[in-house]
Amino acid sequence: MNVTPVLAADAFAQNVFFYAIAAVMAFSAIRVVTVKNVVHAAMYLVMVLAGVGAQFILLASEFVAATQVLVYIGAVVVLVLFGVMLTRAKLGEDVNLTNDYWYLGAISAVLVFGVMAYSLLDYYGDEPLDRAAAESQIPDNTEQVADAIFSQYVVPFEAISVLLLGALVGAIVLARKD
Amino acid sequence: MDDVMLNQFLLLSAILFSTGVYGVLAKKNAILVLMSIELILNAVNINLVAFGAHNGTIAGSVFALFVIAVAAAEVGVGLAIVLLIYRNRRSVDLDDVAQMKG
Repeated sequence: MNVTPVLAADAFAQNVFFYAIAAVMAFSAIRVVTVKNVVHAAMYLVMVLAGVGAQFILLASEFVAATQVLVYIGAVVVLVLFGVMLTRAKLGEDVNLTNDYWYLGAISAVLVFGVMAYSLLDYYGDEPLDRAAAESQIPDNTEQVADAIFSQYVVPFEAISVLLLGALVGAIVLARKD
Repeated sequence: MDDVMLNQFLLLSAILFSTGVYGVLAKKNAILVLMSIELILNAVNINLVAFGAHNGTIAGSVFALFVIAVAAAEVGVGLAIVLLIYRNRRSVDLDDVAQMKG
């Protein structure tokens, strides 16, 4: 594999953006599960999802980033907000969002993070991201995605189409007042 | 700081994943549980795209797109179910939905 000379300043700028966005994402993600207002939780979820889209851009996957913004911020969050509106009369503070065994959840989450962080640091250590490989996807990212989906991954793609149709019909059948 | 590590993306993803795990286990509002599931799926997507970029293959992006589609379907059906529970019990509190408890 031919490794192009990496400009240190370039990597520095990428790191600055990565850590700035990552800090916002981590803060917002924790706020999603700790804030006492469901609508505010949805707004913090928007921050996390936008941050994920930004990380996709840093990883040179522009098409996934655009899809992330369209599908998640454009559709999923709106759907969640509709769910909040349709299931709750009052939109104010609600102190009763956490169940009595939340500490077991916290212990599990810390354990999961500990195991994952240990194994990642142990296995990948200081392995740098292969920027030459990442940058090979930059010029025609969308074209490559389209080629892959409609040739190699065409069967999973059709399965996803059927799944979406099934979900559409299922959601209508479940939620319809008859 | 003069090189972009693979691990920084994977650790960010681990933070999002464990936050989502906490949300799923500790929250009793069904909509907040669905939001936490979205956090978990997004953590997985970061991993997929990071490894795809690292290995120079487009498969990571394609898989992330499939995950996004499945997540959209899941949240649609999930919210329909939550709506149905709300219509039957006037509550989306998961502690109230314990009739099948043995």
